[in-house]
Amino acid sequence: MQTIEQELVATTRCSRRRVSPGFLYILPSLLFVVVFFLIPLAMVVWMSLHDWPLLGEPTFSGVDNYASLLADSTFWDSLWFTTKYTILVTPAIFICAYILAQLVNSKMRWVGLFRTIYFLPVIIGLGTSSLLWVWLFNDQVGLFNFILSHLGMIKEPVLTTPSTSLAGVIVMVVWKTVGFTMVLLLVGMQAIPTELYEAAKIDGATWWPIQFFITLPLLRRTIALALIISVVGSFLAFDQFFIMTGGGPNNSTITVVYWIYRASFTYFKLGYGSALSLLLMVILTAISVLQLLVLREPENH
Amino acid sequence: MARVAQESEPKAYKRIAYYGACSSLVVLLALPLVWSFVTSLKTPADANGSPPNLIPSALTLENYAKLLHYGDGIFHYFSNSLIVAMLTVIGVVLLSTLAGYGFSRFSFRGKNVLFVVILITLMIPFQSILTPLFLVLRALSLQNTLVGLALVNTTFQLPFSVFMMRNSFDSIPRDLDDAAKIDGCDSKELLTRVLLPVVLPGVITVGLFAFLASWNEFLAALIFLTDADKYTLPVMLLNAQSGYLGTVDWGLMQAGIFISVLPCAILFLLLQRYYMSGLIAGSIK
Repeated sequence: MQTIEQELVATTRCSRRRVSPGFLYILPSLLFVVVFFLIPLAMVVWMSLHDWPLLGEPTFSGVDNYASLLADSTFWDSLWFTTKYTILVTPAIFICAYILAQLVNSKMRWVGLFRTIYFLPVIIGLGTSSLLWVWLFNDQVGLFNFILSHLGMIKEPVLTTPSTSLAGVIVMVVWKTVGFTMVLLLVGMQAIPTELYEAAKIDGATWWPIQFFITLPLLRRTIALALIISVVGSFLAFDQFFIMTGGGPNNSTITVVYWIYRASFTYFKLGYGSALSLLLMVILTAISVLQLLVLREPENH
Repeated sequence: MARVAQESEPKAYKRIAYYGACSSLVVLLALPLVWSFVTSLKTPADANGSPPNLIPSALTLENYAKLLHYGDGIFHYFSNSLIVAMLTVIGVVLLSTLAGYGFSRFSFRGKNVLFVVILITLMIPFQSILTPLFLVLRALSLQNTLVGLALVNTTFQLPFSVFMMRNSFDSIPRDLDDAAKIDGCDSKELLTRVLLPVVLPGVITVGLFAFLASWNEFLAALIFLTDADKYTLPVMLLNAQSGYLGTVDWGLMQAGIFISVLPCAILFLLLQRYYMSGLIAGSIK
């Protein structure tokens, strides 16, 4: 939107000084992005076409890594498991967060304190809270293990039993992240004009119709955003499974990122790890594109 | 909704139900951390008792004292975490303030492309470039160093921070620039003397997020730091819990968890306002 005059000034300045001062302010950030992001990004593609050990010379292997990827049943299991985890944890977080957001979207006294306490687990690291929950579920000293087995809800240790290990991780993740989604939804709810609720009340609407006809439709964008953040985050899950289940029992809780970690840093097959990484990137880009489509849609209406 | 609640004063039973629900949720959500803290103050025998005893027989700082001599000592790992986090904060604040200023106040060819290049880092998760990143760090002799980890953390914090800082600068009216220029400020002085104090809330937000992200980072620390004396707190705690150095001491673990949670909790409670503004700005983009 520059005028011709401004543009002329800009170009003459450019040709005289060669670099604009604005570029110089951006240069340091750009340097970081190039060295620690763009170069590795290009390397992923290059490495995926090689047999690349941690030490020693890499040898070109064409699409061999992709061929073994197709035949790698643990990889397909991990992809399925990650999808399953994402599908289960996303609604779990959302429903809990929606209830919490409804509760704290009020002007009652102490509500600020409730918000802060519900939010607190969000600022703890995922690694640290995984360690905390390993202890809570421990079959010797764990408080939750003690309570659950006294209630007769579990007979085996939660995290080392195939039927309950995923549930244990999901409970931890909901506890750790529910406050984040709660705040997103709360901000969305507070942007809804109160006149709408007043009008609905005058018309005699009760809680459920109000949720379905006012709150949920007007929160569409916020909800889409919350779900996408949760889907992308869940698809990249690593810390919680690495720490809480170690991928077990019987490799039943290995996620895609976990499998990349093992390929590259346990088996030191860096080329294969790169091929896996590239595929993960493609999947996540697809999710991101979907995100843009979903978020842009309302503007067309 | 809030206004409705005010106009028609809620009935007593509704108030009781409301506070009942909220308080039970407080118990539920706070229990893990509270129980962990209580256990960290139990005697080692109490903390390792099975089944867990609900009422501690005595309160003691024994677990914290033991942490002082665990491995290289808790202070060693604490300062590793602190060094990485502070370097990340300095890097992120410096780079994103400069870039935010550049993007907001200058126009030059390719500016929009550069902005997209920096933001695209958000679309591609760092988990998917860890393998080559390891080689890049090794080539720069930065693998297995705290500085290397801080540089990686800085890079992945940049898109959010540059975006945030550009918006902070954009929200300042240009009149201020003009007035400063009439007073004889050049572009450097305009930034340091005039605009920086105004964008300070943005700087605090960006710095706070950088600190928390770096302090809590686990996967990159696990991969890039190979010597035990370089470990940051989460990696050190994982080793303690895996029992590499003998049987797991659960009281000591909880003391360690408390120490690694404490800085985040304090910073969050002090700077809650900045945290929330960053969270909202970051999620609306």
